[in-house]
Amino acid sequence: MTIEELYETQSAELDRRKRLENRIYCCTAAGCISCGAESVKKAIADQIRSSGREGKLEVCGSGCLGLCSRGPLVYSERDNELYGEVAPEDAPALISSNPVDREQLRFKRADLEAPFFAKQHRIVLANSGRVDPENVTDYIAAGGYQALAKALTEMTPAEVIAEIRTSGLRGRGGAGYPTGLKWELVARQPTDTKYVVCNADEGDPGAFMDRSVLEGDPHRVLEGMAIAAYAVGAQQGFIYVRGEYGLAIQRLQSAIRQAEREHLLGNRILETGFQFRIDLRIGAGAFVCGEETALIASIEGKRGQPRQRPPYPPESGLWGKPTLINNVETFANVARIIERGGEWFASIGTEHSKGTKVFALAGRIQNTGLIEVEMGTPLREIIFDIGGGVPRGGKFKAVQTGGPSGGCIPEELLDTPVDYESLAAVGSIMGSGGMIVMDETSDMVDVARFFMEFCMDESCGKCIPCRAGTVQMHDILARLTRGEGTPADIDMLEQLSSLLKEASLCGLGQSAPNPVLTTLKYFRHEYEAKLKEPAGAGAGDSAAAAGGEER
Amino acid sequence: MPTHVQESSKPRAAAVRDNRAKFLERAMSRHHYSGDALIEVLHTAQELYGYLTPELLKTIARKLKLPPSRVLGVATFYHFFSLEPKGEHSYIVCLGTACYVKGALGLLEVLERRCAMAGSTSPDGKVSVNSARCIGACGLAPAMIRDGEILGRMTPEKLNEDLDRIGVE
Repeated sequence: MTIEELYETQSAELDRRKRLENRIYCCTAAGCISCGAESVKKAIADQIRSSGREGKLEVCGSGCLGLCSRGPLVYSERDNELYGEVAPEDAPALISSNPVDREQLRFKRADLEAPFFAKQHRIVLANSGRVDPENVTDYIAAGGYQALAKALTEMTPAEVIAEIRTSGLRGRGGAGYPTGLKWELVARQPTDTKYVVCNADEGDPGAFMDRSVLEGDPHRVLEGMAIAAYAVGAQQGFIYVRGEYGLAIQRLQSAIRQAEREHLLGNRILETGFQFRIDLRIGAGAFVCGEETALIASIEGKRGQPRQRPPYPPESGLWGKPTLINNVETFANVARIIERGGEWFASIGTEHSKGTKVFALAGRIQNTGLIEVEMGTPLREIIFDIGGGVPRGGKFKAVQTGGPSGGCIPEELLDTPVDYESLAAVGSIMGSGGMIVMDETSDMVDVARFFMEFCMDESCGKCIPCRAGTVQMHDILARLTRGEGTPADIDMLEQLSSLLKEASLCGLGQSAPNPVLTTLKYFRHEYEAKLKEPAGAGAGDSAAAAGGEER
Repeated sequence: MPTHVQESSKPRAAAVRDNRAKFLERAMSRHHYSGDALIEVLHTAQELYGYLTPELLKTIARKLKLPPSRVLGVATFYHFFSLEPKGEHSYIVCLGTACYVKGALGLLEVLERRCAMAGSTSPDGKVSVNSARCIGACGLAPAMIRDGEILGRMTPEKLNEDLDRIGVE
């Protein structure tokens, strides 16, 4: 398709929708599917058919509607209502044009003015729940691929990079490296062959943001990658997806096929001279492959082990060629920045952390689900206003951010704003965006042990500090949870922590002590209560509680 | 769910079984027998055969012109690849943080008591039990995957019913 045709497709689709009475979106993200979204969607489709109003009513699948804890979710465009816990029997009322019938569903309505929705700021998730991820026309109707058209026809590669630099966008995979700078490094390399890689190996337990973006709005990521490829001069891209993410893989495959058919990817993109192909690479279950050099090794068909840097991938990456690696969410921001300008993006967020961040809320929290907030929003607002706090009158104890590389943040630090620097200052990291809330039933020593077990199992074994250090730290933590630890064990934990931080080869080992260090810092009394020696009255109780949690 | 994650538990038609070598060959030829495609080829091989036998690994090594050590090294590095046969049904309990704080260990305990220890298959070959680091279904915690399908908000009671249904003693 040419650029004119792109705009024509958009207006034709929008015209067609104007003639519809209603369009009903059924959330078909993994969460809702597992509680029966497919049968709800089918019931609505059947109901529309049997009522003979096919030309007037339409049902389609959509990306994550956010409030996962109330799935299956259905959004009705006409009356701008979101319904939760929808059952197939609700189909007649949902499609009815009589408001009285729809009133029957009032108990299932989610309040779209509630803080959960009202306090969000959606850039990455703007289309999530508003486009059918399996239909490229839907994405085009929402203005999709126009940013790519703009970049290709109105901007030079250098101008694209300058726009990204102005925006202040930083890597959303966790480390927060300035995206524009990275692009410039790759663009500057004199070689002809370059690669663009999308890191979709989202491995942190408790994180499902990238999964939702890929499942809900795959074309946004493809468009971002194509713009990046134009900017740095690459013709081949790869998306490295976790093997566990079956639905995301399926949606990406179909999105790539559709985009190629419409000349939005592949040769002669939008009938310009620019060409860019994207292939999928499916991970095989190794957490360390989220590290960029390990990911490169894995795409090359090798064991996913990191290597020493420098040289960094922008200089020597895939098959020794300059390679741009960005995270899913980073790419998902690109099209909007090109469309609305770097200045606009830079006006959102804090001084050093621009834009928004998507978080996955999980654990002991009322509203589990996917949210996107402006950078700098305080944790308290995210957990209590948007997340609805701890359910059933439980008491908040800590929030864990950044997965096994992050830390546990206690109640007294809840006014910390979420941005890269502030989270690092309290000993955690932004990470990819998992946020797990713990209440007083969680045993913090056991939580630390849990993460150390994770790192121990996932250590690739290449460097000794990580391979042997995680095992030693895990042993000590296990001993502590059993109530057999001594004060010397806590000292040893601290020593090993600094050893791992200083001497490990890659981020996995360097950040593995973070959960231990933060729990030691903020919940030291829980460690001390478990020590064997000064067995107070409380120690026995908590050790017994820990024993119950242990496998 | 992905076709390559789960091995179909149903007996395949004899015709498909006979063609497995051909399908594998086709996958390798699609990648021009390049050693870089080793992981894709192993995915396909496991999808076709259910697990990776030593013979299979040797064949792949020969065809992709890779040392057998490298093929074995890769096959054992990644959790996805299994060098042992799997059970008729597969249960994977997510032990991610969200599931963990919501009682995933209780689910694993049921499976280990009634079927097999995590990482192994019950003696009658009926059920394989595994744990996963995080399946990204945190909103549904505690979650598990049964034969490629995600089951959310599980309880030991629901799991017990499920096991009764497939006829586990």
